[in-house]
This record gives sequence, structure tokens and C-alpha cells, in this order.
Amino acid sequence: MELCICTFFLSNQVLGRFNRARAAQLTLPHYLCQTPLFMPVGTQGTIKGLTKNQLEEIGCQIILGNTYHLALRPTSELIDELGGLHKFMNWPRALLTDSGGFQMVSLLHLADITEKGVTFQSPVDGKPMLLTPEESIQIQNRIGADIIMALDDVVRTTITGPRIEEAMYRTLRWIDRSIAAHKRPNEQNLFGIVQGGLDPVLRDICVRGLVERNLPGYAIGGLAGGEDKDSFWRVVAQCTAALPEDKPRYVMGVGYPLDIVVCSALGADMYDCVYPTRTARFGTALVPEGVLKLKHQAMANDIRPIDPMCECMVCKNYTRAYIHCLVTKDAMGSQLLSYHNLYYMMKLSRDLHSSIVEGRFPEFVCKFLQTMFPKGDVPEWVCNAMEVAGIDISSCCHEMKV
Amino acid sequence: MKFAVKKGWSNGRARSGVLQLGSCPFPIQTPALLLTTRKGLPPFISPDLLTSSLPSPDSHLLQFSPLHFLEGISPKTISNIGGLHQMLSLHQHIFAAVPRDSIIALPEHDSTNKYGASFQTPGCRLLIKPAEYVELVSSMEPDFWVTLADEVPAWVSNKRNRTSVDRTLRWLDDCLSLNKESTTIFGSIVGGSSIEERHRCAQEVAQRNVSGYWIGGFGLGESMDEQAALLTAVTDDLPEDMPRHVSGLGLPEEVLQGVAAGIDLFDSTYVYHLTLGGFALTFPLERNKGENADYQLSDLGGDDMKINLKATVYRKDTSPIVESCNCFTCQNHTKAYLNHLFNVHEMLAQTLLEIHNTHHYLGFFCSIRKAIEEGKFEQFRRNFVESRRDRLFAAASSA
Repeated sequence: MELCICTFFLSNQVLGRFNRARAAQLTLPHYLCQTPLFMPVGTQGTIKGLTKNQLEEIGCQIILGNTYHLALRPTSELIDELGGLHKFMNWPRALLTDSGGFQMVSLLHLADITEKGVTFQSPVDGKPMLLTPEESIQIQNRIGADIIMALDDVVRTTITGPRIEEAMYRTLRWIDRSIAAHKRPNEQNLFGIVQGGLDPVLRDICVRGLVERNLPGYAIGGLAGGEDKDSFWRVVAQCTAALPEDKPRYVMGVGYPLDIVVCSALGADMYDCVYPTRTARFGTALVPEGVLKLKHQAMANDIRPIDPMCECMVCKNYTRAYIHCLVTKDAMGSQLLSYHNLYYMMKLSRDLHSSIVEGRFPEFVCKFLQTMFPKGDVPEWVCNAMEVAGIDISSCCHEMKV
Repeated sequence: MKFAVKKGWSNGRARSGVLQLGSCPFPIQTPALLLTTRKGLPPFISPDLLTSSLPSPDSHLLQFSPLHFLEGISPKTISNIGGLHQMLSLHQHIFAAVPRDSIIALPEHDSTNKYGASFQTPGCRLLIKPAEYVELVSSMEPDFWVTLADEVPAWVSNKRNRTSVDRTLRWLDDCLSLNKESTTIFGSIVGGSSIEERHRCAQEVAQRNVSGYWIGGFGLGESMDEQAALLTAVTDDLPEDMPRHVSGLGLPEEVLQGVAAGIDLFDSTYVYHLTLGGFALTFPLERNKGENADYQLSDLGGDDMKINLKATVYRKDTSPIVESCNCFTCQNHTKAYLNHLFNVHEMLAQTLLEIHNTHHYLGFFCSIRKAIEEGKFEQFRRNFVESRRDRLFAAASSA
């Protein structure tokens, strides 16, 4: 079955590699993207207080919309009637929608998963409702994003036992239902999501099953949910090793800058997370050293910018002291911090891409780690992951220095 | 600071003028609107959007209350940064310091005493003495500042009202004597709803060595009918060639009344409150510019001047707020999208709406200036009020 003409010409458009890491050009219906890339989450058709012009300036390429929220308000039918989400938001670049499953399971009190789909209580009127793989695809077809996600049976990695195996096989059965239900394969690219918990055998079965369906792209799901970092990176490494070279790999729900650097070293291309914008609302800025908490009293007299090296509008014009007096009291505080934090994430994306293309990826990784861990206390899981990725970070690690 | 009234204007007291202040390289035409800010920035419009999405130099006049800064940043730190213009990175904007702000720093006339003016802020009640006020202002280095006033609402006793005038004059003198750097000061004029006291205060202030006049005590619950007489009582006693600034006249009709009384600068929370409520200004800026096609009586709280973007009638409306408006919001977004943003409580709703409302209101001031310069202000004012009546009548009879 002909699935999609979203093409990810890795073989033709690969612009650089370093061992498992890749920098590529991802061509989507609405935008030509460069990976690795971070996708900000615009839950309800907007990213907290930022206009489309600002998002373009910051360098956002793909924005994620949450199907669950949009289906509630303003509804996928309305979005469809008004010409799709791109038109509704007036966002000229690319969009990705998730399946709606994750939010349901995490937000709704009484959500239950059966073979049919996810049954839940409507938050509007309490009526019992059912989200099936077919329905999820139909909603996403109406919304019209460049990339859509198949409904998966997602289980927290902290759970053990037969439930994980059940979920993995169900995810495979659901992908076939999703493919069958997909009405716009020439305009929207359906990604499958690899499940299987932390079990390498299950993950392997799932990868092979999805790859057989020859999808335009693959996501690695079920992570970023509280599992230990050592397990996390191993699952990512296993999946990226097994997924096809010429298709994009999307690690869902990731995340912290450090996680993105590690996953990119291991061969992943796309990421999404609410972290940068959510932490902005709590007054925390992302900086190369880690984070800066603008609420702290120490910031009240600090007349330096958030990050002296950052070229964003906020860092070029404002002091920590001024932002300190805004955060938590004036909406402007979180607007400015969201702007900076997203700029930081998009700059990280650009740096990952260009350092790979320009053949200086290991140097970039080392500099990144040295700045974040000036005492050389790079966490063990990072060291292990980098070893598998074939990147020598001995210069950054205290213990590894001979 | 340089201010000049342009000669050869229309009948009445309405005047068109030009204001030139240090920071802003462009002269500002008056009557003009000062934008309300919180800690120097508009409530929802980030600074990059302020400069890119609003007309220049109209949008360069910003009003702020120094009291906002008391929570969170010390005068010393503001000084270290280099003053307000540096701290906000708005070097070409004009900052006007007014102690009272109807959102954050409300005058508490009951608690004001002979030592200082009391203000109610979200965090606490503050008592500000003239010396403290001057110190605060001097660390910020605004383009001009208004002296500390004892503002009282219209319903206080005559005795209290008289006291407020005495205090305000005394504090004016205190501020003047404490003003070491000879910055630009606007003398405050109060007097509540007593014509006599207004005259008395205005005459006294007119004798002081100030660069302009700030008229307080409005927007504190008095009726619109009272305003005209009180304003003219004040402007009667003020020299022609000095700027007059009033806070608290927000509605278009109040502004027109103020212009008719000879006021040059206006600030109010009108745009802010409209924006919070989801109301978008739609009234035609020029007469006979076409019917206001969107006006529907059923629009919850909307009327011929504005629409309520939260109303379900806009759920699928793919037109901009105002067809002919060239603000960022109208050029890029639809009522349907804004309706959605308001319904899901997203901050972008207020950002986009504040941009439109500010743009629209600045356009209103532009029309006022044009009418004055063409010698047609009184006619403009009459038409404005009458066409409102006509539209209301037409809508009511078609309902």
C-alpha cells in the first residue's frame, strides 16, 4: 500500500554524519526542516504568548499540537471547516499532531484501554467516550498537520509485567487500523510509535513490526516517564540502531538539553517537550550551565543578562534583575522567559545540525558537557551512552582522565 | 522638553501641538495617548512587538507608575542598570512617571495623611512621602514625572477636598525643592468635583516653575457630565503654551470632552480593561467610512464601539476584527482564532488583542488631530456622538 510521499531523502540529503549521529534535511509539505530539531509544544494551537512572527524569528520549524485538546476546543470539525490548523493559526511552517492517547491516559481520571481503543469520561459532560485508532486518525486528518501519530497503547516504563507485552502487540495491531483509516496519505505523514517498555526483546519485535509497514517515520515512545536514565538511553540506542537509516526518528517527550544531545549522538532526529515553556512559567531560564532560577533573591540585583552568550532579544536587552521583578507577578515575565528558552532550544537544534554537517560534532559535545559539568562530574549514564555513540568525552570527565 | 501649540487651530479650546522630549528622536503630535504599562512594558505586548507592530512615533509615549517597581527591584539597582530607558531597552520611547495607576497602584484617600500619599497595591498598602517618591523617580530617569498628589474621588466632603488641594500644593513644592537634577516636572492639580477648588489649585500650580500640568482626580468614579466643567475650570487658569496631561479619561467620549477642554495628553486603563474582557474596538475612525457590519445586538456586551470576541457568534468567523485595520492582529489572524484563544485562556489572546486595541485607539487620536488641524473638531466630536446614537437606533429597530 502506498503510504506517503513525505520524503526523507537521507541518502540523498544527508548533510553530515558522525558515527550514529546524523544531520539531515527533512522535507515536509509545509516546510523544509533541518534535523536534529526540537519541536515546541503548542498545546491548543498556540505557544504560550508568542506570536507566529516571534516563533519564526526564534527558528521554530515544526510545532506540535495536542489532538486531545484541539478536539475538545475548538473541535477538529471546526478546524477542518476553516481550512485546517495551519490556516486557523496562520502558521506557515510545519505542524505535528499527537494521537491524543497519551493526554487521555495522563489527564483523565477514568481512562481505560481495551482492544477497541481508549475509553474515557468526556471532560465536558461526563459521558463515556471511546477514542479508537480510526477516530484518532480521522481527527488528525481534519486538523491537517504535516506529521500525524498513530494511536499507541502507551504504558509507563515504571510498570512491569505482562501489561507491557500486551501493549506492544496491541500497538502493532493498532498501526494497521491507523493505516487503513488514514485518508490523506499524500499530504500527511503517519508515524508509528515503538513501544515495549524497557524490554529489549519486546522493543525489537515492535521495531520490526513497524518497519515492515514501511512508514514515513518512526517515533520511540513510552519513555520520558520516570524511568532511570540508564534504561532510557539503552532503549533509544537499541531502537535507533534497528530503525531504517533513511527515515526520521522521533523520541517523544524529550526533553532536557542534555537528553537531546545524548539522543542525537545515538542517532535520533526529532524531539518534543513542554519543559522549556513550562519551566519559563515558573521563572526558570535555560542556560548553557544548566538552569537559572530568576525567582531567587540573588537575581534582584544581578544586572547581567540571563546568558551573556545568547543572542536572543531577551538576553540582548534585559537584565536578570528586571526579569526577576517580573516573574510570577506579570505575564510579561513568562513571555520573555518562554521566548528565551525556546530560542535556546532552537539554537541547540541548529548547533547540533551544523556541528554534524561541519564535521565537529565531538568537539561540540565536549564543549557542551564541559560547560554543563565544569567539575567534570558528567553522569555515568551519559558517559556510557557516549561510548556506545563512539564519541570520546574523556576530556570532560573527571574520572576518565588518566 | 519642548512643547508648542500650533497656531491657527479651530474654534474652542481644542488645540493641536507638538511635543519633543529628549529620548525620542521624533516629535510627538498632540492630543496624544500614553500607553499604559506595568513596570514599563505594556501588560501583554512584548518589547519587540511594541516596536514592530505599533505605529511610530505615536506608540512611543508610555505611562508608568514608579510604585510598581517597589516590589522586586531596588532604586539602586535601577540606577546601576542606567535608568528606565536602559533597563527596558526602549531608548527612543518617552516615559512619563505618574504615581497613580488604576490597575496596580490605586490611591487610597482614606489612608493618605499629611506625611504621604497612600496607595493600594496587590501586595500591600504603601505610604509614599515626597522625598521617597523623588528618590524613586530620580533612579529611573523618566522623561517627565508628575508630582505626588493627594487624589480624592468625587464624593468626599468639602473639607477633605480642600485638604487634598493644600497637601498636593505642599508636596508639589517639596518635589520641586528636592529636584536636584532639574528634570522635567509636571505639577499636579486636584480639586475633586469642586469648581472652586479646581480653580484654586490650578491658579496656584500655574505660579510654580513647572514644565507642564497633570490633572488628577478623574477616572475615580465621577460622572462624565461633571468632567467637562471641572476640566475647563482648570484649563481656564493655565498658560496656553504648556502641555496639559490628564489620567483616567478613557472612553472615547471622555477623551473628546478632554480635548474640547484643552487637554493634550491622555492616559487611562481603557485599552487594558477592554483587552482583559475580550473586547475588541471596532468603531469607525472616520465618519461615513462604512457601516459597522459586525455589530449585532445579541453580541454579549458588545455594542457599536466594540465586539466581544468570546461570543460564540465568532466561532467560525474567518474575517479580521476590522477589515480595513492594518495592525498585526488584523493582518494575520481571524476572529475565529481569537475566539478560540480566549476560550482556552491562552495568553496570546491578550497579546493579539492589546495590539489591535492599542492600534485602533491610536488611530482614534490620529483622527482627532486631523480634525483639529482641519478646523473641524467640534463637528468631528458631534458626528462621533451622533453616529453612535444612529447606529444604536438602527440596530435596535432592526432587532
